[in-house]
Amino acid sequence: MICKLHKLAQRLKSSLWMLVVPPTVWALHFLFSYVYTAVRCAKSGSVEAIVDIRTGITVATVVALLLVAASGYVAWTQSRIDGDLRPYQDSTDEDRLHFLAAATLLLAGLSFVAILFTAIPAFIFEDCI
Amino acid sequence: MTDHNPDQFSVFKPISRSLLRLIFGPVLALLYGCTGIQSTFSAFGVEAESTRSLTWVMTAAATVITIGVLWLAWYAARTPASQLDYKGGMRVIFWFGALGPTLLLSVLLVFSLSKMRTLPTGTDDLKIAVTGEQFWWRARYLPVGGQSVETANEIRIPVGRTVAFALTSPDVIHSFWIPGLAGKVDMIPGRTNDLVVRATQAGVYRGVCAEFCGLSHAHMAFDVVAMEPAAFEQWLTNMAHPATGGDSPGRKLFESYGCSGCHTIRGHIEGATIGPDLTHFGSRLSVGAGTLPMTLDAISRFIRNPASVKPGVMMPDFREISDKDVAVISNYLVELR
Repeated sequence: MICKLHKLAQRLKSSLWMLVVPPTVWALHFLFSYVYTAVRCAKSGSVEAIVDIRTGITVATVVALLLVAASGYVAWTQSRIDGDLRPYQDSTDEDRLHFLAAATLLLAGLSFVAILFTAIPAFIFEDCI
Repeated sequence: MTDHNPDQFSVFKPISRSLLRLIFGPVLALLYGCTGIQSTFSAFGVEAESTRSLTWVMTAAATVITIGVLWLAWYAARTPASQLDYKGGMRVIFWFGALGPTLLLSVLLVFSLSKMRTLPTGTDDLKIAVTGEQFWWRARYLPVGGQSVETANEIRIPVGRTVAFALTSPDVIHSFWIPGLAGKVDMIPGRTNDLVVRATQAGVYRGVCAEFCGLSHAHMAFDVVAMEPAAFEQWLTNMAHPATGGDSPGRKLFESYGCSGCHTIRGHIEGATIGPDLTHFGSRLSVGAGTLPMTLDAISRFIRNPASVKPGVMMPDFREISDKDVAVISNYLVELR
């Protein structure tokens, strides 16, 4: 199973579309967290809303982290495919692939941390105030 | 060959000293403002203590990070290019550029969020509804199972008890700020904002309006008295009582000049509630929302020409009032305790 997924990740080509996945997931998670919290706080009591908010943000965070981790994993496997030596700056398919893979991997790392930072307040605050 | 006189640069010494004086003089003067009755650094409440510790921790962290970054830049600029191979360079970037900052920011984030948590509230907490009005404060105490009490321009709270403020405004946006007690909270027309506090130290402090609200925004302050719980209960009981004293010339003048068109003195004059409730006016610490001391002269001055003290104030002036009449009214007001 894991081997199959690894081979699938190797077959996928890093592209600009893959590059924008982590920051897009981060943006959507950010938007969901703020909008959902605002709506729940407005509709429920200040303290009662926190259970719903924590559940919603937990689900959204797990989904977002899985997507970012998956795109990061694909980028990581792509960055390890044999090819030219560094630096990857020539206009060849191999260099382009390595560059996009490295950029995607870094963006996935940043997005992963940012999603966690967005979610943490929901587990520290105990009301909407 | 030119001989260098070791003292030739001594000219810089006086300049350096003057420069230091020039820098440290204002800094010391500003630091002096970090203490006293209106400062978060002189905290007397749980929330302000959190803000103060947050300030120190963040300042310390910012200092360490700044020095670290400057040192790294200096080190990188002076180190020969061959000092680190590719892997070594990537390792430095990974530890100092990615993992280190992430861990540090995570610690600071969790620490700061924990300091920003609101105090837990209960049903037996004291509730105080405060309304910011141009340019004074209406305070209504709502004790559990007790009678509500209205007063103005002074907030008294018991030490060690949780107090929940409900903040709003009927006119423009104000901001309720007692720096030594908690952070500021806006008072917005049509909306009620909550602020939960707990005083830790008895004393007399000062609060202000922290949102520009008109000509006398800077004169919209109030006294804050944190009292031991027993003393507070006694004070609140006293405040619930109507004003004492019977007929007095001052009371009659107060009515005849039309003061009751805006002010109420419970037990004496059931007037309008447009202006501050004056029932126990004489027991307050200041006149005109923290602008003048509680003296007969100050009261007289305010009655005659309130706009000279607070430009833009709603209260009309009484310049035509005689010295005798204004003195009688001032005496009457100062005896309302």
